[in-house]
Amino acid sequence: MSLLQDPFGIHGRALSLRDMRSTVLAANIANADTPNYKARDIDFKSLLQNGAKGQMQTSDFNHMQSAFGAEGGDLLYRVPSSPSLDGNTVEMDTEQNIYADNAMRYQATLTFLNSRIKGIKTALRGE
Amino acid sequence: MSFFNVLGVAGSAMNAQMVRMNTISSNLANVGVAASSAEEAYKAKRPVFRTVMDQQSDHYTAGVTVDSIGQSDKPNDRRFEPNNPIADKDGYIYISNVNSIEEMVDMTIASRSYQNNVESINTAKKLVLQTLRLGQ
Repeated sequence: MSLLQDPFGIHGRALSLRDMRSTVLAANIANADTPNYKARDIDFKSLLQNGAKGQMQTSDFNHMQSAFGAEGGDLLYRVPSSPSLDGNTVEMDTEQNIYADNAMRYQATLTFLNSRIKGIKTALRGE
Repeated sequence: MSFFNVLGVAGSAMNAQMVRMNTISSNLANVGVAASSAEEAYKAKRPVFRTVMDQQSDHYTAGVTVDSIGQSDKPNDRRFEPNNPIADKDGYIYISNVNSIEEMVDMTIASRSYQNNVESINTAKKLVLQTLRLGQ
């Protein structure tokens, strides 16, 4: 039964990707007034489907696992809809929109996970 | 959990915006302040922001720091006031080059940016708390 073999399915990875994406988007919002900062984002869909490109293998206990590839290869640059004089490509309305969207989808994933956990608990109790 | 990075990133931006607010208030405080030479006269200060990439763990946390505080190079206005005690030998005083309208606009932008970061911290906090309650 797949519910017990792989209880969380794709939602675990989705949750951690949403989590990381929120940091990228928060960095965009934070750097809204930094000259020459280029807004960045990840392609959530392809990362979820294919996993991180060129992900580094850990061979030692001290190595840290990163969800993104080496040198941030999975971090893309956002194409701005209008250029600015100081070379900054952060558009606050876009970033806030996407940040809110990401937070909402994170909550959706949490809801999925919660219902899975409830289901497993019910199954284990056998009531 | 990278939501804790959101707190750091947005916190660094709030810190930088706070420095900006401080320079704006010192600029506004010095509107119309006179001095006896162009060198001594107050010049409007402007913080320059820079991105700090977290090189150690990953490349996706980009905080903000104040790189330096520059000065406006707009020439100071001089005014002929021979009776002023600080006037130079030709009777001129030099006024600070602060444009109060520019500063007010800058202050509005700084406070909006600060609020945006507070909002992103609030959202992150809410999501962290929900995650901690997962499965309960």
